[in-house]
Amino acid sequence: MSNLKLIIKREFIARVRNKTFVIMTFLSPMIFVGMISLIAWLATLNNDEVRKIAFFDETGKFESDFKDTDHIDYINYSKLPLNDAKDSVVINKMYGLLYIPNKQTNNELASAIQFYAEEAPSISILNNIESIIATKLTNQNIKEKGLDLDVIKNSRAKVRIQIENFYGEKTSKMTNYVKMFFGGAAGYLLMMFIIIYGNMVMRSVIEEKSNRIIEIIISSVKPLQLMMGKILGTSLAGISQFIIWVILGGVLVTVATAVLGIDTTVTATGFGSSIQAVEETQGETIASATALVLEIQKLPLGVLLLSFLIYFVGGYFLYSSIYAAIGAAVDSETDSQQFMLPIILPLVLGIYVGFFSVIENPHGTISMVFSMIPLTSPIVMLMRIPFGVPWWEVLISIFLLLGSIIFMVWLAGKIYRVGILMYGKKPSYKELFKWLRY
Amino acid sequence: MSNLLEVRQVSKRFGAFTALQNVSIEVPKGSIFGLLGPNGAGKTTLIRIINQITQPDEGTVWLDHQPLHQEHIKDIGYLPEERGLYKSMKVGEQALYLAQLKGLSKKDAKERLMYWFEKFEITSWWNKKIQELSKGMAQKVQFIVTVLHRPKLLIFDEPFSGFDPINANVIKDEILQLRAEGATVIFSTHRMESVEELCDHIALINKSKKILDGKVSDIKKEFRSNTFEIGLLAEHPSELLTNLKQRYSVAPADFKTIDDQFKLKITLDPKTSSNQLLTSLSEKAQILRFNEVIPSINEIFIKTITANE
Repeated sequence: MSNLKLIIKREFIARVRNKTFVIMTFLSPMIFVGMISLIAWLATLNNDEVRKIAFFDETGKFESDFKDTDHIDYINYSKLPLNDAKDSVVINKMYGLLYIPNKQTNNELASAIQFYAEEAPSISILNNIESIIATKLTNQNIKEKGLDLDVIKNSRAKVRIQIENFYGEKTSKMTNYVKMFFGGAAGYLLMMFIIIYGNMVMRSVIEEKSNRIIEIIISSVKPLQLMMGKILGTSLAGISQFIIWVILGGVLVTVATAVLGIDTTVTATGFGSSIQAVEETQGETIASATALVLEIQKLPLGVLLLSFLIYFVGGYFLYSSIYAAIGAAVDSETDSQQFMLPIILPLVLGIYVGFFSVIENPHGTISMVFSMIPLTSPIVMLMRIPFGVPWWEVLISIFLLLGSIIFMVWLAGKIYRVGILMYGKKPSYKELFKWLRY
Repeated sequence: MSNLLEVRQVSKRFGAFTALQNVSIEVPKGSIFGLLGPNGAGKTTLIRIINQITQPDEGTVWLDHQPLHQEHIKDIGYLPEERGLYKSMKVGEQALYLAQLKGLSKKDAKERLMYWFEKFEITSWWNKKIQELSKGMAQKVQFIVTVLHRPKLLIFDEPFSGFDPINANVIKDEILQLRAEGATVIFSTHRMESVEELCDHIALINKSKKILDGKVSDIKKEFRSNTFEIGLLAEHPSELLTNLKQRYSVAPADFKTIDDQFKLKITLDPKTSSNQLLTSLSEKAQILRFNEVIPSINEIFIKTITANE
């Protein structure tokens, strides 16, 4: 077996056997699924609560319009004197009292309605009440003006713009949300992966240094070989952990939904419900889980997967070689803090550019530039790709990334080679620069 | 005797700091070669260059009449001064791993490891983690890993540090045994008594330069000062002393004796032979002791370094 293979194997086994690693591998999906279940459960709890709202209607027009819903029970207090009604609401701990005074015109009435409550009422309840009253008053106004309500209803036009690109692919707003979700998830995932496993590479370098085994090993293998073996072995461990997470997470979600009877459209696709919310405010309730699946199937999944792999591996290599160099330069993990900025800064920048610029304008100058700069390109490009990026842009970006990986591995290798044999020094950036010439 | 290792005119600089300057050494096949020098002289850098951990800026290193190349790694066994093992890995596993990195097959490595583990009576350690072993125990494992692939050249940097006297002796015997089986040993240490005991060749490095090298016996000859320690029984000691002081340079000596002797250290000028001194002494006193003062490596070390300052 070649030395590189031996090193990869050892690193992989060392990572995988680590207790924290094992615990994290099996516990994280459980915690994750548990949290989702908990949130879903709490949401249903909240929804089950039925609120009692009393109304005091001096006009007598609205009695029949306040119909009980799943969440609100309306109680008519119009026959009581107003003060008694208020007292009764307080004593019975009702949610609030809606007061509709008698006014001359509908317009006066519209701004004179009051809601008495102990605490500020929830927006959704207020919206609900407002829309009931508004519909009633609008309809009355229309009638008073002598117009036919049905005619107006029938002549209302519904507009849904169909988006189509020049290659004939049809999209909709929903597709954009789906793309945003996929791009964002991929970029975020990559950042987490880099931070978690890059740190592992760094710790493993520091471990060899503080164990003093390093000189024994590099009398047998080249430092660059050792560094590459470390990066590869750790990433293999990371990928295995990742696969276990996906499988275990999938199984757990299925089990949890089956056992607890939680509505999958709320839990598994929390994202779907947020689309629903967005669409609902526009008066359209079309987004269902099936529609979502259809939209996902419309995405070029093959291309997405391939580019995800390329940028994932590329980004990881670029950053973990920096992590390895940092590990070699310091004696302990606490000392590594001063060198973390060049890693964290571009990562965070990539995420910010991604969430603020790419989603707003995936092909704008900022998105374009940051998807070319190697340190941010893996994250930003991953976020852009679902929106369709010209192949030559992707190609340039990948070449730039490859070039900088080679450069960075070379650079890190130089620092690594010198650093692993330096004990008891806390080097500055200036010294690291000097090491390059040793 | 041919040389197994030749270092020719090697220089190495780290930035503005010069670690080695035109250093050449020749290590004869089958010798035990002491690489000596004060702290920071450049010994470790030289050893790292021989191990191809560091590349020299100038000069070449030849092993077995070939310029040093990648394959030579298998011919060298190196026990560094800063040494350790993976704390959370099992003893057997990491010994296997390190042996395989030196090019042994898994099967060979296991066989040879079993041989050494049995020899040192440590087979029960196989499944233990290093963190469960003491420092001395871990050093034994490191020694085994260093010699396991039967290298032509063994390099030990402070091999006895961390060992108790009994285990240090075990290791010393093993080193001698390996030499008897044909290995050449380079030995870097500050313990002059072990150099005295083991080495047949030495090189002395100070401040990045080699200032002395050669066969130990040759060096000692070079450093002999024609001084003799003498123990006498004389009837008139004071008279004799005055007499001797007129002819030779005399200093008081200190060694253990049975009788109440007259102890002297006499240095002869190159023209006078020891026999002449002996004859003149025998006329005046009973000679109980007469031996040449042989310079110890320790004295040579200190003398050379101080002269070099």
